[in-house]
Amino acid sequence: MEFDFGAVLVDWRLLAKGVAWTVGLTAIATVIGMAVGVACAWARASGPAWLRWVVGSYVELIRNTPFIVQLFFIFFGLPAAGIKLTPETASIIAMVMNLGAYSTEIIRAGIEATPKGQIEAAVSLALDKVQVFTRVVLPPALKKVWPAMVSQIIIVMLGSAVCGQISTEELSYAANLIQSRNFRAFEAFIVATLLYLALAVALRRLLNWVGPRFFFGR
Amino acid sequence: MVDFSLWDILRNLLMALRWTVVLSLIAFVGGGLVGALLLFLRLRGGSAMGRAVGLYVQLFQGTPLLMQLFLAYFGIALFGIDVSAWTAASVALTLYTSAFLTEIWRGCVASIPKGQWEASGSLALSFSEQMRHVILPQAVKIAIAPTVGFLVQVIKGTALASVIGFVELTKAGSMISNATFKPFVVFSCVALLYFVLCFPVSLYAKNLERKSHGRRA
Repeated sequence: MEFDFGAVLVDWRLLAKGVAWTVGLTAIATVIGMAVGVACAWARASGPAWLRWVVGSYVELIRNTPFIVQLFFIFFGLPAAGIKLTPETASIIAMVMNLGAYSTEIIRAGIEATPKGQIEAAVSLALDKVQVFTRVVLPPALKKVWPAMVSQIIIVMLGSAVCGQISTEELSYAANLIQSRNFRAFEAFIVATLLYLALAVALRRLLNWVGPRFFFGR
Repeated sequence: MVDFSLWDILRNLLMALRWTVVLSLIAFVGGGLVGALLLFLRLRGGSAMGRAVGLYVQLFQGTPLLMQLFLAYFGIALFGIDVSAWTAASVALTLYTSAFLTEIWRGCVASIPKGQWEASGSLALSFSEQMRHVILPQAVKIAIAPTVGFLVQVIKGTALASVIGFVELTKAGSMISNATFKPFVVFSCVALLYFVLCFPVSLYAKNLERKSHGRRA
């Protein structure tokens, strides 16, 4: 067997565009998904009973169905209910919902580990409910669960490979396009896979650097 | 135009559901066997072997399962072997599962206190005797909950086999949706069936976890 990586690398522009899309989708999904996670974790920890039930159902529903089915439901299913989305929007919604559900559970675990005395101390200092949550409960909770959070963000980034199936032009879509042009399928997917691996390593480093600086202090 | 009832859709999806179950079992059993072998190599084979297994785990954890499926599909074909979607999906999912399980189990073995190794070593037990009588009985107890939890990931992972043309639940859903023009209903049913399959397993894993925490506390 002979390999011809040149035939794949000649299309580097397509690959670069794919990487850019993958990075962009991941960045948006991470920011919004984590915000959803924090909000839902708060709702699950101290919201009213009906809200806890709603959030709990959302979390379990997402965590027990495959990402590709969620994506297909949003992209193919929702138009039948009158909601028409572009592939990119559908991908972002699916990724946000996915990360939101997983990060809810992750952040909640961190919140539950906060000693009660700290909350009582904060209340006795006349902090209101919002201040207690954003200044006393959340930062140490995030710090505690950050490694799990980083892993989950990477899983979502890798999962975004599926978005190419609804023709979002991310990395796996680029690989598919290249192999359909030159029939070098194995080479195209090896190159894409290595790019994903590099992205995963870089993303882990970046998040381990970003977390302590911006979310919970050193 | 033929009208498809909800029952028609569900019946066809249920027929495809068994292939999801079969593929999950193949991946889980095969992955468990390969994972156990890799764990043994990692514990026994010295530091070079340890690093090699670690690299294997990182390769599978750091790349998308979808790419692994494509590589299995087109990679095995390079050896002149005619691959069906069945073979490719089984191979890729087995390797993927083995990487995760070997890492999960390594953590469980590592959580056994060092004193247990030292004490059993000082009783002149060989490595295999130490494993069989001292380490594994404790490690297996810790490992059950996360292993069952990972089964959910395997079941969900089989959905990606649809992309290389393996007709399981997700692929059947796409095909039925194209035939019936009812994507909303069909994909709702598909999601529901996955949920029915995965949720009991999740609950069971959570229960096991709670029990084992209770025992240790």
